[in-house]
Amino acid sequence: MSIDLETAAKVAKLARIRVDEDALPALAEEFNTILGFIERLGEVDVTGVEPMTSVTPQSLKRRDDVVTEGDQQDKILSNAPDAREGFFAVPKVVE
Amino acid sequence: MTDLNKLTISDARDALRKGDVTSVELTEACLSAVQGAGALNAFVHDTPDLARAQAQAADARIAQGDAPAMCGIPLGIKDLFCTRGVPSQAASRILDGFKPEYESTVTQNLFDAGAVMLGKLNMDEFAMGSSNETSCYGNVVNPWRRGNDEAQLTPGGSSGGSASAVAADLCLAATGTDTGGSIRQPAAFTGITGIKPTYGRCSRWGIVAFASSLDQAGPMTKTVRDSAIMLGAMCGHDPRDSTSADIPVPDFEAMLTGDIKGKVIGIPREYRMDGMPDEIEKLWADGTAMLKDAGAEIRDISLPHTKYALPAYYVIAPAEASSNLARYDGVRYGHRARLAQGDGITEMYEKTRAEGFGPEVQRRVMVGTYVLSAGFYDAYYNRARKVRTLIKRDFEEVFAAGIDAILTPATPSAAFGLGEMTDADPVQMYLNDVFTVTVNLAGLPGIAVPAGTDKQGLPLGLQLIGRPWDEGDLLNTAYALEQAAGFVAKPAKWW
Repeated sequence: MSIDLETAAKVAKLARIRVDEDALPALAEEFNTILGFIERLGEVDVTGVEPMTSVTPQSLKRRDDVVTEGDQQDKILSNAPDAREGFFAVPKVVE
Repeated sequence: MTDLNKLTISDARDALRKGDVTSVELTEACLSAVQGAGALNAFVHDTPDLARAQAQAADARIAQGDAPAMCGIPLGIKDLFCTRGVPSQAASRILDGFKPEYESTVTQNLFDAGAVMLGKLNMDEFAMGSSNETSCYGNVVNPWRRGNDEAQLTPGGSSGGSASAVAADLCLAATGTDTGGSIRQPAAFTGITGIKPTYGRCSRWGIVAFASSLDQAGPMTKTVRDSAIMLGAMCGHDPRDSTSADIPVPDFEAMLTGDIKGKVIGIPREYRMDGMPDEIEKLWADGTAMLKDAGAEIRDISLPHTKYALPAYYVIAPAEASSNLARYDGVRYGHRARLAQGDGITEMYEKTRAEGFGPEVQRRVMVGTYVLSAGFYDAYYNRARKVRTLIKRDFEEVFAAGIDAILTPATPSAAFGLGEMTDADPVQMYLNDVFTVTVNLAGLPGIAVPAGTDKQGLPLGLQLIGRPWDEGDLLNTAYALEQAAGFVAKPAKWW
């Protein structure tokens, strides 16, 4: 499996990271080095093996479906790059 | 008393309780050591006012009697831990200016036990790195040098600031985190002790997430006893982390008898790598002999899937990272890119993340995105999770056959020079974690103990791997190894 420039650009798009066109060849090469390393997994016989979901056998605890820590609007907004009138502000999404 | 910053936790505790020293005195000694160590670049956000207030409170508590062991002990805290009102940015530009409104459970547990925070410690960006060269704060420098050679060496990573600070006696101990070896590798590179506990021992709540199924916090200390003391204060059940184990925390320090007679120590043949330096080979053989002399039975074992651990890790960790780091979007905290006229929300995301994430983080997020993308999910991600099942099964089988602990080298080499790996491809750097990463994949406890030096005088560490939830027994075996190895070397002060 080899990654071409188009795939590299698509992955960058999916990851929402802007990559300049002239940086794509180096990126694709790095991907190919890493994926070449990962390909080794293909040697392992995994027939009948379950993919791991939890490293320690445990069932998740349940709790009552109630608000535990509410009413913290100021704290939640305190680190926002742009907060207005009690909301996070972002560039216009809908025309 | 002089050189209070050089004390161990256990000695400081005893001196505090006897009234020979105060936490304020200990804290001042550490604060001035930190001030004089700018060349190491270990501390990146100092909190002297908080430290002094905490030290005064600790002294009052000690005077009343019955204070916990960590009361009044000055610590450094890895930048990955969210600390209320104190910059916590995981060494990333994307969290520039972030001051959490909350406290991580581990730091809260330490503060409840009376510990003092001197400041935040440098690390690899988002804990992704093995040399502390990916930090937005710049490289951390190892206090150790190759003899009289002034070349700067890496302290390892990602907990490089923690390792450098403890080795240079800037603090009595530090917190670290370990996703693939980030406590044990830097501990080995700096001649200190570091333990990654069983997955679920320490709450991950309030620790900036890298790969959630692998991340664990742990102590980085000057001695095994100190690791036992500090780990006890860090861990415990936390309802805010659904993977936190609801099981009792034993008194780890009380389990340090040094008696390992009859314990069975496994030596895994797959860890004998091609091209392993003779010095590492010898260290491992010496460590094996030490444990045997202490009364343990040595047994050769096989962990057949070992060589697939790093490739599995480099699917699973980036996959989880790509998901975890999706939250850095320029909306809720940290950096937001300056936008051009007409830029919409997608441009905001893309520019913010391109400016905010460094090259290694970008690389891993994109690799993770790729292995999770439609058409590749089964071939990469699911296959890696199946291999992970097999790696864990390897360990389960040897433990079921009566092995109490497994002895391996901690790292494939001593500390290397900063910049020496710049031209290597990323996979070369990943090989640093070849002995440690299996432990994260299997969720097991692992500890690095300094056990010798190479011919250039640099420290080398051995790793012991224990059964799940049996940190007490593991620490005791490490204690026996520590006593037999008698590692007392310290870096000569040049900074």
